[in-house]
Amino acid sequence: MNWFTNFFSSSIGRKLVMALTGLFLILFLVVHLAGNLQLLLNDGGKAFNIYAHTMTSNIFIKIVGYVNYTMILLHVIWAIWLTRTNKTSRPVGYAVSKNSSTWSSRNMGILGTLILLFLVFHLQGFWYRMHWGPIDTVSYDGEEYRNLYAVVDFAYSHLWYTAIYVISMAILAFHLYHGFGSAFQTLGLNHVKYNPVIKFIGVAFAIIVPALFALIPIVMFLN
Amino acid sequence: MKITLKVWRQKDNNSKGAFKTYQLDHVSSDMSFLEMFDVLNNDLVQKGEEPIAFDHDCREGICGMCSMYINGRPHGPLQTTTCQLHMRSFKDGETITVEPWRAAAFPVLKDLVVDRSAFDRINQAGGYVSVNTGGVPDANEIPIPKADADKAFDAAACIACGACVAACKNASAMLFVSAKISQLALLPQGQPERKTRAEKMVAQMDAEGFGSCTNTLACEAECPKGISVTNIARMNREYYGAKFSSENV
Repeated sequence: MNWFTNFFSSSIGRKLVMALTGLFLILFLVVHLAGNLQLLLNDGGKAFNIYAHTMTSNIFIKIVGYVNYTMILLHVIWAIWLTRTNKTSRPVGYAVSKNSSTWSSRNMGILGTLILLFLVFHLQGFWYRMHWGPIDTVSYDGEEYRNLYAVVDFAYSHLWYTAIYVISMAILAFHLYHGFGSAFQTLGLNHVKYNPVIKFIGVAFAIIVPALFALIPIVMFLN
Repeated sequence: MKITLKVWRQKDNNSKGAFKTYQLDHVSSDMSFLEMFDVLNNDLVQKGEEPIAFDHDCREGICGMCSMYINGRPHGPLQTTTCQLHMRSFKDGETITVEPWRAAAFPVLKDLVVDRSAFDRINQAGGYVSVNTGGVPDANEIPIPKADADKAFDAAACIACGACVAACKNASAMLFVSAKISQLALLPQGQPERKTRAEKMVAQMDAEGFGSCTNTLACEAECPKGISVTNIARMNREYYGAKFSSENV
């Protein structure tokens, strides 16, 4: 096992952990967005509440959930580990420095930290209340469901709450703008045929997904 | 031309350095950047002051010795080596700040001279092919696809100047190491030691204290020889393949 631990603590192995966990979290964003868009259905939250119930009760979803939490933790821990090494690699900085790289590529750590802070706020606001309450219930066709829709609807009736979500999605967009393509480069997937495709999908993803996420609080606030 | 030079002066590795400002009143725009330093050093020697130490050798842009961080960029405003940079790239009356490469793995020896022997140790770890002596083989005896030969040559154009390390926000040496791994991995002669080479060179790179690549691509933008980050992707593939399939447990 020596070679195995050796691999995941090497500079390239640690990058691979960042890339793989990052790509998993990108997939998670798509699933999460698909579920959230049900908040915009004009059914008083029925579809969303049934969906939220399934997400917290289905055993398969629960396992995927734990995998997801693990991926987030790995992504954060490996990022801190890598960043610490990278900082010690240049103990004395330059007096004058001109950058020849994109802003988001140089600030993934700051962007990631802000996203993590948002995640704590987000989980505390919705995820924690869905699991441990306090939360009201609502009944559809004789069955009781936790009314997460009402919690979300109430939260987004406040301007500051909506603003935090919209700003956080802008931060996520910048993180994805670099992260998406960067993950493929780290995996070694750099090819003259596919580079333009990866770049195009990466930019489109970084704009469309956070924009749709941000659209939900905006629409609910305006309603 | 009149130039104000702010140069990093440091007695040795153990001393604390500082910037010192010099006024140059008769700089020709045709001078190379290093010639401008020669003129300044002549003046300093005549005044009985210690001349500024800086690395240089061929002054033709091929040896990789010159290494100055000029106005916030390795090798200055052009994508070339410092020796191939001329004063016409600067404005009359401009203030030019010159610093050494900054990296834990490149300790400052004196003024603008840094110790880049970390690169040598990485190469010694596996950047070679072992060849038995014997009769001279026929040229073109081993067929090599032109495309592979071109890619290997592009990687071999690396002069190991260290601009990639200097430019990288993480002081990562991955562009250099990937070029050295690629130039041999692409050729038939490099195959016998291919896996061991990738493992050993990456291990040595980590041991030297270089940072890790975060794909900002600053190295590629600053490399005087135009080494592409496709080499870093290739090195990643080589390393994954080697780690999971070599018999080095």
